[in-house]
Amino acid sequence: MNDQVLFELKGISKSFVKGKQEISIFKNLNMSINKGDFLAIMGPSGSGKTTLLNMLGGVDQPTKGDLLFGGDNISRYSESKLAQWRADHVGFIFQFYNLMPMLTAARNVELPLLLKNLNRSQRKKSIETALKLVGLEERAKHIPAELSGGQQQRVAIARAIVSDPDILLCDEPTGDLDRKTAVEILEILQLLNSEFNKTLVMVTHDPEAAKYASQTLHLDKGEFVEQELAV
Amino acid sequence: MKDLYLIYKNLTRNKLRLFLTCFAIFIAFFLYGLLGALKGAFDAGIELSADDRLIVVNKINFTQPLPLAYFNKVKAIEGVKDVSHANWFGAYFQDQRRPMVGMAVDPETYLQVYSELQLDEASLQRWFNDRQGMIVGEAMATTYGWKVGDRVPISSNIFSQADGSHTWDMVVSGIFTAEDKQLDTNYLLFHYKYFIETQTFGSDWIGWMVLTTDDPALNEQVAKAIDALFANSSSETETSTEKAFNKAFIEQIGSIGFILTSVVMAAFFTILLIVGNAMFLAIRERTREIAVMKTLGFTATRVFRLVLSESILLSLLGGLSGILVAYYTLEAVTSIPQIRSILPNLLLSKEIFLQALAYMLGLGLITGFVPAFRAMRLNTVQALTRG
Ligand SMILES: Nc1ncnc2c1ncn2[C@@H]1O[C@H](COP(=O)(O)OP(=O)(O)O)[C@@H](O)[C@H]1O
Ligand SMILES: [Mg+2]
Repeated sequence: MNDQVLFELKGISKSFVKGKQEISIFKNLNMSINKGDFLAIMGPSGSGKTTLLNMLGGVDQPTKGDLLFGGDNISRYSESKLAQWRADHVGFIFQFYNLMPMLTAARNVELPLLLKNLNRSQRKKSIETALKLVGLEERAKHIPAELSGGQQQRVAIARAIVSDPDILLCDEPTGDLDRKTAVEILEILQLLNSEFNKTLVMVTHDPEAAKYASQTLHLDKGEFVEQELAV
Repeated sequence: MKDLYLIYKNLTRNKLRLFLTCFAIFIAFFLYGLLGALKGAFDAGIELSADDRLIVVNKINFTQPLPLAYFNKVKAIEGVKDVSHANWFGAYFQDQRRPMVGMAVDPETYLQVYSELQLDEASLQRWFNDRQGMIVGEAMATTYGWKVGDRVPISSNIFSQADGSHTWDMVVSGIFTAEDKQLDTNYLLFHYKYFIETQTFGSDWIGWMVLTTDDPALNEQVAKAIDALFANSSSETETSTEKAFNKAFIEQIGSIGFILTSVVMAAFFTILLIVGNAMFLAIRERTREIAVMKTLGFTATRVFRLVLSESILLSLLGGLSGILVAYYTLEAVTSIPQIRSILPNLLLSKEIFLQALAYMLGLGLITGFVPAFRAMRLNTVQALTRG
């Protein structure tokens, strides 16, 4: 079960046009992600980590190549089909939490459920479960401004998992947190991987954070490179 | 709609801005309601007068009398359907400073010509059979608190009886209403016979005639025939449609309509700018949040709908409260009898309300479209990395 392929990237190229110049970030990138993987991606700033994550999440499209998810080529999807696909399969966790400031924790967690065909009580149950999992059930009625950074990130994790996605994409999830809080967050992510069999891809530049992953890839100049020594 | 809470929260997140924007919309629609009702009150007399009714007055001046004999002559003219006559009474009740509209008419023919007046059969019979009977419009009956069977002395500031008295005893036979609420019912009608036999001005004369034709297309022809019939007589006539007659009467205040329309249009364009600007800023501030929502899986069209719904809700919130307050203001103003006697039709009609509603929706759509379109087309990746 664990070595079943979830994602397959085939000959991915990505370039941006800046003025008259074309900047290439990836050239013929190939990789695959198995179900149940906890993958850490490291690399210098500007190496394309976020761009890669965005492509995996269907927010950004490769210039060339195929992105296969469970055998389906999602790079061929229309914009609205891709949105539906994200709602069904992907959970996003950002560095700066990106919660809606006017909504309570519970209402923030509810957002992805609005995209599902669920009634109010079904949604309520899912929200409770998700908040309990991140240990924030007693903060359900608080708005983000009333929560600490770590608590906000836990709300964001609850939002990412509430609709039970297949894969969680985390872009420097602990980048804005102190060590102690970062450990709390990483432990939750690890729990999601080990206990709930979620596939995780986490971008980080913190080697301590990468240790929580089962595998670490190093990205440099648009390519995966072997690291001589894990620091 | 599951997104309603989200829309509501977005709308109310900046309370001060919401209040200021809403207030601007409120003022505009409050004015719209008031001015619309005022314009409606001025126009009502013209708009509601049937176009196929002709009115025959003395050519010298419409206050000059006509001989009663003209009545039967007009009745005989080809194309004339129903014809009736009326005399202006210059009525008032107890207080001479409060004139009211009262006319001495021939009951049966008058109700034939003014078929829009509604009166139950019992009242009708009472009136026909009681020489001193009068029928009172609902608006007037309410103002003076009159009920069927009340004996009421009605005075005239023009005519007197043989004993020098200016006051006639009358009995309320019935209270009439009009099919259309805007129709003026602020007047009373009583028997021509009672009037002509008791006043001292002269006998066998009438104030004017009013008639309907078999077909409105015949109006011009019939009008010419009537005026031709009495040409070169001692009392020449002038026949025109009731609408034209009323219009000439109200022409002096006619340009008020234009001024009102201009004011309303200016107010509308002002709030268009205010609300448009507010919506634009509100959505621009939320660029990152919109990008996050799209990342979570909200489709472009759903985001478009969210923003547009918000601006429509904003317009409705300010607009409906403005119209509501205008409505109650008008209710309060028209409860003053003096104002009601000058402007009997001063009310916020369903038509004005529906027009205002259309303007609210228009405002919401116009002010929301650009921000909604921008939100829909927002590049998620750029918006997320930039912020
Ligand atoms: N929309 C864009 N237009 C032009 N260049 C871009 C755009 N997005 C990213 N880039 C460039 O692509 C490279 C990789 O960016 P990114 O994936 O954000 O790197 P990382 O997350 O590893 O820091 C950077 O050099 C960045 O400047
Ligand atoms: Mg990055």
